[in-house]
Amino acid sequence: MRICVTASGNSLDAPVEPRFGRCPYFIFVDSETMAFEAVPNMAMNAMGGAGIQAAQLIASKGAKVLITGNVGPNAFQALVAAGIRIITGAYGTVREVVEKFKRGELRETGSPTVGGHYGRGAGMGRGWRRRYPPPY
Amino acid sequence: MIIAVASGKGGTGKTTVAVNLALSISNVQLLDCDVEEPNAHLLLNPKINRKEPVYIPVPTVNEKLCNYCGKCSEFCEYNAIFVGSNKILIFPELCHSCGGCALICPKKAISEKQHKIGTLNFGSAGNLELIYGKLEVGEPLAVPVIKAVKKQIKNDKNVILDSPPGTSCPVIETVKGSDYCILVTEPTPFGLHDLKITVEVLEDINIPFGVIVNRAGIGDRKVYDFCKEKEIPVLLEIPYERVIAELYSQGVPFSLKIPEWKEKFKMLIETVKEYAGK
Repeated sequence: MRICVTASGNSLDAPVEPRFGRCPYFIFVDSETMAFEAVPNMAMNAMGGAGIQAAQLIASKGAKVLITGNVGPNAFQALVAAGIRIITGAYGTVREVVEKFKRGELRETGSPTVGGHYGRGAGMGRGWRRRYPPPY
Repeated sequence: MIIAVASGKGGTGKTTVAVNLALSISNVQLLDCDVEEPNAHLLLNPKINRKEPVYIPVPTVNEKLCNYCGKCSEFCEYNAIFVGSNKILIFPELCHSCGGCALICPKKAISEKQHKIGTLNFGSAGNLELIYGKLEVGEPLAVPVIKAVKKQIKNDKNVILDSPPGTSCPVIETVKGSDYCILVTEPTPFGLHDLKITVEVLEDINIPFGVIVNRAGIGDRKVYDFCKEKEIPVLLEIPYERVIAELYSQGVPFSLKIPEWKEKFKMLIETVKEYAGK
């Protein structure tokens, strides 16, 4: 089975990146052979909708499971629509979390784990868009 | 004549100036373009005569025609479309209404529908005509609502535009096309910092401008030094006075209660007309 793990580096020993849409790399791992492919995340610097773009990418790569830290509401909807199982709250290296997954130690999430926001760098606070000007 | 009232920093007194200015002249239309948090109506208590929704076009997909090729999603610069293997999701709040997805769809499965993002409020307070836009909660695009507000401009009126703070797109949308821009600042390091940024913007889009110093008396002289150095006219100073603050706290425009201020705002308009060459 093809598993996608968000990572801050491009190898199996890279740490899991907690952000989904704006992680630096997606590591696609074959759970049987542990063969992997590291794909840089083109959505990392997207002005908006990074989670959706990222979901589109991993769906096109045929991943059945996503292991990451947190998933926002838009990405969650998209991943569900793509039939991808979502595991959040993961930490450690890519290799470690895939091993944990294979041992059945990771739980799927049934809802987004972080709130929505728009664009880079700021949470959904009042006035943030005034501090971080468009174009988005 | 169209006068925009803007500021880099928030809370400097844009609305105070815009409202008092509007109350001091005749044949006036006040447009509150701060559609994220309009507040001119709080000082004017207008009678709202009618409301009008503001829509933007967003895509809708006929799933009977869609073959999930994903070209729309690939095309969308704002990631507003997700295409799964047998499901398509549209995120209207990310859509910028370019219409490109409908054009690019090889199956002609995408058409556009109207999505409500805000409301125009048409009100009046005495002879003053007030129009303000209000963006829906959760909608990120202020600019189309500001455009809708500005569409209501009547060319034979003295038009005053109350701008949102900052220097981002909503501000540009508000001030562009104005004959003159009044920048309200306060004589503090924060006021000066944001004033400088706004001055750069206005120089760039080539709109004549002058400064009103509100809460004059606090802070330091650096705003004045900056204006002198850049040859920016200081049009008016509004002192940091208890009586003005008290009226404000009661939601009363101070020129209504202090007649000399009405005169000052009238004179201000004449000065602005001269600077704007009107």
